[in-house]
Amino acid sequence: MEVTQVLLNAQSIDGAVRRNAEESLKQFQEQNLPGFLLSLSGELANEEKPVETRKLAGLILKNALDAKEQHRKFELVQRWLSLDGNAKSQIKACLLKTLSSPVPDAWSTASQVIAKVAGIELPQKQWPELIGSLLSNVHQLQANAKQSTLETLGYLCEEVSPDVIDQDQVNKILTAVVQGMSASEGNPDVRLAATRALYNALGFAQANFSNDMERDYIMRVVCEATLSPEVRIRQAAMECLVSISSTYYEKLAPYIQDIFNITAKAVREDEEPVALQAIEFWSSICDEEIDILEEYGGDFTGDSDIPCFYFIKQALPALVPMLLETLLKQEEGQDQDEGAWNIAMAGGTCLGLVARTVGDDIVPLVVPFTEENITKPDWRQREAATYAFGSILEGPSPEKLIPLVNVALTFMLSALTKDPNSHVKDTTAWTLGRIFEFLHGSVVDSPIITQANCQQIVTVLLQSMKDTPNVAEKACGALYFLAQGYEEVGPSSPLTPFFQEIVQSLLTVTHREDAGESRLRTAAYETLNEVVRCSTDETAPLVLQLVPVIMMELHNTLEGQKLSSDEREKQSELQGLLCGCLQVIIQKLGSSEPTKYVFMQYADQIMGLFLRVFACRNATVHEEAMLAIGALAYATGTDFAKYMPEFYRYLEMGLQNFEEYQVCAVTVGVVGDISRALEEKIVPFCDGIMTQLLKNLSSNQLHRSVKPPIFSCFGDIALAVGEYFEKYLMWAMTALQSAAELSTHTAGEDELIEYTNSLRNGILEAYSGIFQGFKNSPKTQILIPYAPHILRFLDGIYMEKDMDDVVMKTSIGVLGDLADTLGSHVGPLIQQSVSSKDFLNECLSSEDLMIKESAEWAKLAIGRAISV
Amino acid sequence: MAPHDLRRPFKRAAITDQQKRRELSLLRQAQNRREAQQQARCLASSILSLQSPVPESEPEQSDIELENASETEQESGALSKDLDVRRASKLRGPEARNWFARQLMLPEWMIDVPDRLSQDWYVFARPAGKRCFVVSSNGTTVSRQRNGSILHHFPSALPAGAKTRDGSGSAQSYCILDCIFHELDQTYYVIDIVCWNGYSLYDCTAEFRFYWLNSKLEESGACNPPSHYHKFRFTAVPVYNCDQSGLYAAYTGVMPYVKDGLLFYNKHAHYQTGNTPLVLVWKDEDCSQYVIDTDSKGEIPSQQQVVLELQDDRKLVTSDEPPVLFGCLDGDIIEKSGLHSGNLLRFAISDGGLSFVDGKLEKADLNYLGKANRARAFADTYSKVLFQFMVRHSPLKIDDLLASINSPDDQENNSSDIEMLLNAPSRVTTV
Repeated sequence: MEVTQVLLNAQSIDGAVRRNAEESLKQFQEQNLPGFLLSLSGELANEEKPVETRKLAGLILKNALDAKEQHRKFELVQRWLSLDGNAKSQIKACLLKTLSSPVPDAWSTASQVIAKVAGIELPQKQWPELIGSLLSNVHQLQANAKQSTLETLGYLCEEVSPDVIDQDQVNKILTAVVQGMSASEGNPDVRLAATRALYNALGFAQANFSNDMERDYIMRVVCEATLSPEVRIRQAAMECLVSISSTYYEKLAPYIQDIFNITAKAVREDEEPVALQAIEFWSSICDEEIDILEEYGGDFTGDSDIPCFYFIKQALPALVPMLLETLLKQEEGQDQDEGAWNIAMAGGTCLGLVARTVGDDIVPLVVPFTEENITKPDWRQREAATYAFGSILEGPSPEKLIPLVNVALTFMLSALTKDPNSHVKDTTAWTLGRIFEFLHGSVVDSPIITQANCQQIVTVLLQSMKDTPNVAEKACGALYFLAQGYEEVGPSSPLTPFFQEIVQSLLTVTHREDAGESRLRTAAYETLNEVVRCSTDETAPLVLQLVPVIMMELHNTLEGQKLSSDEREKQSELQGLLCGCLQVIIQKLGSSEPTKYVFMQYADQIMGLFLRVFACRNATVHEEAMLAIGALAYATGTDFAKYMPEFYRYLEMGLQNFEEYQVCAVTVGVVGDISRALEEKIVPFCDGIMTQLLKNLSSNQLHRSVKPPIFSCFGDIALAVGEYFEKYLMWAMTALQSAAELSTHTAGEDELIEYTNSLRNGILEAYSGIFQGFKNSPKTQILIPYAPHILRFLDGIYMEKDMDDVVMKTSIGVLGDLADTLGSHVGPLIQQSVSSKDFLNECLSSEDLMIKESAEWAKLAIGRAISV
Repeated sequence: MAPHDLRRPFKRAAITDQQKRRELSLLRQAQNRREAQQQARCLASSILSLQSPVPESEPEQSDIELENASETEQESGALSKDLDVRRASKLRGPEARNWFARQLMLPEWMIDVPDRLSQDWYVFARPAGKRCFVVSSNGTTVSRQRNGSILHHFPSALPAGAKTRDGSGSAQSYCILDCIFHELDQTYYVIDIVCWNGYSLYDCTAEFRFYWLNSKLEESGACNPPSHYHKFRFTAVPVYNCDQSGLYAAYTGVMPYVKDGLLFYNKHAHYQTGNTPLVLVWKDEDCSQYVIDTDSKGEIPSQQQVVLELQDDRKLVTSDEPPVLFGCLDGDIIEKSGLHSGNLLRFAISDGGLSFVDGKLEKADLNYLGKANRARAFADTYSKVLFQFMVRHSPLKIDDLLASINSPDDQENNSSDIEMLLNAPSRVTTV
């Protein structure tokens, strides 16, 4: 079939023509897939065809090989693998041929498609000749073929994982790429393509980086490329350095002095894209060292995998002044621009990371800069001085910082109201927030906020909430941390006298015309949430008064006027914020009997509002409303039953939402809340819920993180309905059993350990709930056949030794539940298990109180089961 | 291969509030799940059962003996509807429930005035509300009603009653208080104390228990107004010596709570679980809204109704130990209605009423009405039937009580008793 005309039509401005063409392409694909793909690859390779159709042909090919959704991607891979071998060979030949095309759009598209095919075939040990034939291209004289081949190698390295390519081939790829990068390569396009290819190929170079000579060579070429006259090459080379800093941190020592010189020069003199990468190099080193130091608690004994080389500490005297310089290069209006990212911002961020890496040592290097500049007439100096001070508030010890903060606080409060420049005020409010975040609260011995200055702080912050949106947003943020610091203050909070005024001011902010800018409205609601969370019983009546206010706000958003899609999105966002706020309030008031009692008068109305929110199609809102309903169910208890008939369909909808799996996960949690609240009254809804949950478990479309909570949810339901669970027992046990086996197979792989633990925890919670649910029922007998498998599962967990504390606790609890419910029926079986001896003893002597408690319970239950 | 985005969050908190809300929700759910499991495992009750002075084999005779009409009718109304729910809910931790149901000391109804009222007895006004056991242990406090169901689960200032930051209270430390929850002011009125801070007071006299209760409760801070770590206020009820002024104060005095009759405690009585004649309840219309039993609709039936148990030999008896015989049932009725031994049956007391000889029941004119509400586990006690009968015919009046205090017989002093009273507090020092 001649596809050229169809492909042209598919890009027509005439909608009807376009739809027609799309329809025929679809038909072609459905009727004859190999023929369809072959025609597309032929079109792409044909130098006589128009560039638009060649490009579109390549794109359709690419989309026939890959998709974002995991299950779709899997289908496409299977489809390609089962395609006729002959057709595949022809397609691949066309693709390789296109790499030599003089038309950049054609070869560039082809290089991406080749990488996709390689991503499917190389792991299957197919297309073994690919890399050889690509490398032979590199030695061609034709510059564009070199360029396209290097680009293909780059995409290929991005697409396939290092373990599917032999070291021999890796060496050849790296050799070709590094040669292409070297200064001797005369064509800048080729050199750029090679540099970008190296960025992706770095992950393949483990062996090469362990060899001193090869590593020296690669590092030399990369460093040379940072000095290229071509800015794009310098930028790409600097990106390679950033990637090397995290991938090969432990190999950097010999080069760090040179890299410092290169990056310092770039930061001071080069164009912004290069300078930004140069700063990012040091931020990335900070990330590495923070991780290492956190992991080993600074107690470096030499047996950790990666030692800390203290590059930042060593570079400190030169690095800090360099970063302080960048702070003075602010752009006007950067605070209003959400997408802004410039050298001052990058430098400031890096300075904060440096402070977290080295702690106290940074203080004497920054304080003089702040002192010198903070009163200067030029706003840039005042802002930079403030930002520098704000940056070092996390990392150094409170003892070091508090004397400074005590001096600075008064100055900051006055600057926030009086400084004529908006940037300075923005950064001042942010700095106050950092002061409250890190140096205020129960963790600090000597409080920086006293009775004397509390009133002033609140007054200034509330005043600043009337400032420009960006300043007001930072003031809200500061208030957030001010409230957070009083979270555990006890029965009486210093904020109590201001509570009413604070709440009123925040509500006023949410109604500002410009509250949509600088995410001000969001910040105001978030702060309101924190103020409510951290409030004490003294202000409970005021929180109660807030309920009808927020309800009214939510009600107003539901009054249906016709909205543009833009307005609708804003409205959804607002609904999300209001549901979030109600959730916090419900949780707060529901946690104390007297306030819960009064709050319940609103329950019907609130539930009515939530149900109306579900009628809106927006995932975030659904998630927020769902979370709020969970809190409501918890507070309401059995009475929640009256909402179930109406709420149930949204519950089911949530459980079916695989795409927005967060919604699904939150809904699963809410099923648990409802089970506990309703107990037996959940029975009429169990068929639907259990069916859906079992369906979810068997789906490969659902994000796997949702599966462990589904198992826990089985336990919640079983505990709630008792022996009624018999109906689902066989299905649930089958699912649990196969998941338990799966978890035994995946165990041991490092990155999977965390998931395995959470999966096991879910499985174990399900067993606990089922055993306890059936306890003392005449039907406990039907659980006996499952006991051997469960005991083997527990023994297996114990033998593998990679369980975390939570799994340890739930495991030993299940052992107790099993003994408790089945009693003497399983006495001998329990006595044979390792769990009842070594595992139990280990748990009994655990220092973790929760493990110990569960173990003592298990001991008691086993004792009873055995003695009878 | 475009350059990679290297923007980092600028002037932003590390996590969003939404993420925080999500995490807090998960935390709450995990906590609730843990609590539900723990409740099922009755961890707290296993600690308690070690202290239990009650032999496991003791029949559950006192479980549902209803001491007060306000509770009776509220419960039976709900119970008939929720029978299945109740049965199902027993699947979880029923041991705990049965155990709790058996643990309360239940008063007999005062059908005659005991001797030596003014010397050997205390009196106080019973607060109207739900009788419950309050147990604090492991950093939490649970109140359970007589049927074992949980009323509240909350932090309190009782020893081991809250997870406070100083983490006070070992696993050994716990308290058990006998309380009445008074809905109106959301307060637990403590009427007796069973264990305090791990120390058992079962075998102590009422006199000592009340003394201990008054000093310790105040000291613990449990009487303070509610706060974050202390959700409900506890208050000890004012207890009087049952002399003329004491009785008068309890009967007419203004209390912070709504009264529901008077309770009389024998000063020398230990805390004995189940029915005991050493604690008595008495009511009249002036100190209680619930004097005469009502039916499930809340109305007073024209004839007094009683619930009796049918035995093998067709005998009808009360739930007392030993049972008191009320009569025999006609074989015809048994056959026609398909009754068998162990059934609880409802009767009306007809015009013939109850006749006594030498203070003992001789004859009861009973009229069979049908089977008792299925939720009823036990027959009425003798003292309850009699008290209700007297209320309808010749009630024991407050004047009778006052008169007995003033009688010469009652004003005698008995030196041995006084000695006992003096001895009791000295045990404090040995604790």
